[in-house]
Amino acid sequence: MNICLASGKGGTGKTTIAVNLAASLDRPVHFLDCDVEEPNAHLFLDLAWRGEESVSVAVPEIDPARCNACRKCLEICRFRALTLIKGKMLTFPELCHGCGGCQLVCPEGAVSDGKRLLGRLRFGDWRHITFTGGESRVGEAMSPPLIRAVKGQAKESELTIIDAPPGTSCPMITALRGVDFAVMVTEPTPFGLHDLRLAVAAARRLALPIGLVVNRAGIGDERLADFARAENIPILLEIPFDREIAAICSRGQLLVEALPVWRREFQRLFWRIERLCQGLDAA
Amino acid sequence: MKIAITSTGATLDAPMDPRFGRAAFILIVDTEGQVLEVLDNSENIRAFEGAGIQAATTISDHGAEALLTGYCGPKAFKVLEAAGIRVAADVSGSGREALAAFRVGKLPFIDAANAEAHW
Repeated sequence: MNICLASGKGGTGKTTIAVNLAASLDRPVHFLDCDVEEPNAHLFLDLAWRGEESVSVAVPEIDPARCNACRKCLEICRFRALTLIKGKMLTFPELCHGCGGCQLVCPEGAVSDGKRLLGRLRFGDWRHITFTGGESRVGEAMSPPLIRAVKGQAKESELTIIDAPPGTSCPMITALRGVDFAVMVTEPTPFGLHDLRLAVAAARRLALPIGLVVNRAGIGDERLADFARAENIPILLEIPFDREIAAICSRGQLLVEALPVWRREFQRLFWRIERLCQGLDAA
Repeated sequence: MKIAITSTGATLDAPMDPRFGRAAFILIVDTEGQVLEVLDNSENIRAFEGAGIQAATTISDHGAEALLTGYCGPKAFKVLEAAGIRVAADVSGSGREALAAFRVGKLPFIDAANAEAHW
């Protein structure tokens, strides 16, 4: 089973919920930090690092001796990573998404794989948690291929908890695509609700079952609850806006360790998600 | 000699467009001030990425040897350099004024981009 924690708005508490959910369980879990541009889940887990590997994307290299300027690669590249100037090909590896289309259509075999480093994967362990985290290279603007590499480390049979990047654009979609359940972490503020609407619309397009975790409950207004009711999205857990909880998180501690009452709450969150994935009532 | 000028309108009297890749129009003119071609750049304005690369390729394909514009980013400059097109940047006023200044040698050419990518 794959559970993805997503949000729309940044800073709602995705990582807090994800690490506490993983830590609360009594069974092996593979944690995937897909927030590769600002990975921070490892700060909450006392990981023993096992290793790392670098991830690159294939970018075109053109052999000028073979290229006959037929323009087929220009026509297929929607990111304009190639251009033909005075009969010679110029490439812009930083614009390339690594689809390999140019290589596929070239009748002369003039396109070969160059490499652009995207970042690295880091592997670690803590108690029952196997950890894989992605980390973008500083200066790299494209994260989906690295996020796919992080997700590629998960095995079919594993219970997987995915910490998604914020937003509703390609990185978030890449993290969310193909999971069994989307947990939207939000806060009851106008900003939280605005971005939640976008995130829910994205998850619906991916045909995913959705549940809500309301963080900082008690601030803001009733509009979030009204939205959840109207959209028929269950609120699976509420975490109050509380100084003690905030202090625990700020120290990089796990809520389920510092306040054991929360261990049961997070186990219950998991139980409800499991029930919903099986098509059962989670009340 | 053909000269490309980024413009907010379809004539040399319109104010120049400071943007290159996302200029409203690009005028291809000769040194005498005759407009040879008016390139409607509206499709490029909406481009997600690579507007500068495309605009630079287009003016090269139209035989321009010089470009008068406001800002030129690094990717566009790489293409313009490969195409052998000289670039006068930070130019403003009408296209006609820019061309007059160019003709008397008052517009220096740049040897590197004068704007960040996606400025």
